[in-house]
Amino acid sequence: MATSSSSRLDVRKTYKLFIGGAFPRSESGRTYPATDNDGNVLARMAEGSRKDLRDAMKAARSAQSGWAARTGYNRAQILYRAAEMLEDRADTFVAQLGYGGLSKPQARREVEQSIDRLVWYAGWGDKYAQIMGNLNPVAGPFFNISTPEPAGVVGTIAPETPALLGLVSRMAPAIIVGNTMVLVASHRWPMPAVTFSEVLATADLPGGVVNILTGPKANTVPVMAAHMDLNVIDAFGHTQDDMAMIETNAAHSVTRVVRPAADGFAWNDDRVARSPYMIADFTEIKTIWHPKGM
Amino acid sequence: MTDSAMTDKADTPPGPVAAADDGGLFELEYVTSTEATDIVGIADRYELFIGGGFRKPASKEYFETINPATEEVLTSVAAGSSRDIDRAVGAARDGFETWSALPGSERAKYLFRIARLLQERGREFALLETLDGGKPIREARDFDVPTAAAHFFYYAGWADKLEYAFPGLDPKPLGVAGQIIPWNFPLLMLAWKIAPALATGNTIVLKPAETTPLTALLFAELAAEAGLPDGVLNVVTGDGATGAALVDHQGVDKVAFTGSTEVGKAIQSSLAGTGRHLTLELGGKAPHIVFDDAALDQAVEGVVNGIFFNQGHVCCAGSRLLIQESVSEVFVDKLKRRLSTLRVGDPLDKNTDVGAINSRAQLDRITELVEAGRSEGTEIFQPACALPDRGFWFTPTLFLDVAQSSRIAREEIFGPVLSISTFRTPAEAVEKANNTPYGLSAGVWTNKGSRILWMADRLKAGVVWANTFNKFDPASPFGGYQESGFGREGGRHGLLPYLQGTH
Repeated sequence: MATSSSSRLDVRKTYKLFIGGAFPRSESGRTYPATDNDGNVLARMAEGSRKDLRDAMKAARSAQSGWAARTGYNRAQILYRAAEMLEDRADTFVAQLGYGGLSKPQARREVEQSIDRLVWYAGWGDKYAQIMGNLNPVAGPFFNISTPEPAGVVGTIAPETPALLGLVSRMAPAIIVGNTMVLVASHRWPMPAVTFSEVLATADLPGGVVNILTGPKANTVPVMAAHMDLNVIDAFGHTQDDMAMIETNAAHSVTRVVRPAADGFAWNDDRVARSPYMIADFTEIKTIWHPKGM
Repeated sequence: MTDSAMTDKADTPPGPVAAADDGGLFELEYVTSTEATDIVGIADRYELFIGGGFRKPASKEYFETINPATEEVLTSVAAGSSRDIDRAVGAARDGFETWSALPGSERAKYLFRIARLLQERGREFALLETLDGGKPIREARDFDVPTAAAHFFYYAGWADKLEYAFPGLDPKPLGVAGQIIPWNFPLLMLAWKIAPALATGNTIVLKPAETTPLTALLFAELAAEAGLPDGVLNVVTGDGATGAALVDHQGVDKVAFTGSTEVGKAIQSSLAGTGRHLTLELGGKAPHIVFDDAALDQAVEGVVNGIFFNQGHVCCAGSRLLIQESVSEVFVDKLKRRLSTLRVGDPLDKNTDVGAINSRAQLDRITELVEAGRSEGTEIFQPACALPDRGFWFTPTLFLDVAQSSRIAREEIFGPVLSISTFRTPAEAVEKANNTPYGLSAGVWTNKGSRILWMADRLKAGVVWANTFNKFDPASPFGGYQESGFGREGGRHGLLPYLQGTH
């Protein structure tokens, strides 16, 4: 929160949800206070409801085929543009991460890693299919090719911390291949997620590709896991405790589940926290056959 | 199936028919060509294969397996209980120590041996498959067995090349795999499950389908003959309860299931929160789309193959035919004519196209859904077709002008029943094709290349066959979108579900 000059009252931001490219309030009409590490109230955050979740799912589904139809090159440029926007607003994120108790250098480091991670995944846009697809040498006169496709709509439960790097690390691999998503932000540290939605909104990302909900995870996660139109539930950043519920709900429509990482996952270690196999969790392999002949 | 399996008999008359072109000067008499069964010896009783040897079940209980074409009892088979599963998982755990520590090149040689033995004993396997399951001997002989052998040959070669399969991924096995396979392609589904699991260094407890356990037991014998180390492969026969005991066993690191979507959902649910790995290959309701510019006679053969191959007991069967309106009348006429030339009957007759329905339960399911189609008032076509007195049979069936909301357009019938409807534009074809919770396979017939690629992009299916259908190869990944399951079997991608590092 910017300090104002002595005579002027500062204009505070209203933190809202991010659905379909717009910033609506929660239909629940509820908010909750986001506090800093010492318990001081920073701002009020929207309490996303199950209705908000359904609206977000609808926005994500509507946007999916168009986003998948973009070229990998184009998706890569948009992710790169998001990195540019993040770099541009780095100071804001450093300040917001600082409320969570990170020292300034720690916060700076997390923002920089988030920027670099976006750039890293952006580069996969027009390459991923080259390493995960291939021509299959079948024993017959057929052209046979396997290629990765986006699974569709992904429901992501962002880790509580790191509030920005965790979100970026799960979002980027899903959307770079053409998925759209509903992301439930860190409940304790929601501010960077909401501000990040402003980064996305100015990165030429089509509305609905990423939808971000704040609020208690218990409001939205069970409904999201059970949603018949969800293709993947990404609980990589979530805790083991809810997995029985999440996976039982997901089984109703054979929704794919990305399970939690081990405790103490090193989000800041590039050797483990970024990988093309994290993209693989959000894809389907499609195989096409055609006869060869005169 | 091979190209010749159904396509080369288009002009074969169904029975004694006057040869019209010769002015009725002589009559063609149908003569059966029955495969001899003496090569295959069926024991009086089969035990469980655990830890390298055949062991009696803890329950001391056995169940009968019958020939669905005659309803005669073939033999009885051990009913594995949770105690047997426990023993088998223990044996697999012991086996994992040595198997996963073997150099890949040594694992490879075992798999090559198995492939060779399967080829050498192919005739036995084909006959046993036909006797126990009811499929035409021609399909068992020309498709199931050679494709199973090819699968072992393909994955054998991967066992010592895994570090080249996926850049940057350290290829480590998961541990003990519990694998549950269906009754439609008993040996082939066994190969799809076992070959990649063993190549990647996992060990196995396999639960064959209740109605078709015999080729898995013969395979266990073959594995022992190949010298496969004790405990690497264990086969526990039984029913759904045996399968559930396997799924629920804490010592199993990975479950791989092929079967119905209903059971798949139950398995996914029962594994919830356990952290154990899972892949599912489930049901389908595949669209088979024919455009007006397609080579119609070839498309007829593809459509017939797509739904009547293996009595329609195929998860990727092309069970929803979508014909472009402008050619629908002529296409349906051709289809009806072709249907009346299909030979339904004795699976041991090498001329048979459509064999026996696998079980009475499956016959009841098909009958119920066909009755539902009739009672909804949908037009039905069934050719005149004399069925044997004993055994389980179903006449090849077409439903015409089927509504999208109809049960026969929505539910998997898993039998020789085709639901037909029409479309006008490519966009409408895509919309109707994707109007299903399934997403296993799809077929497209058109002579326009750009349209094939446009369609293939939009069809929600793991396998798209363009101007062909029901083609399978060990090098080609297979598996579904959405409620048809997750994970792939076959090809390079078929290794991933048995390696650490992906979900």
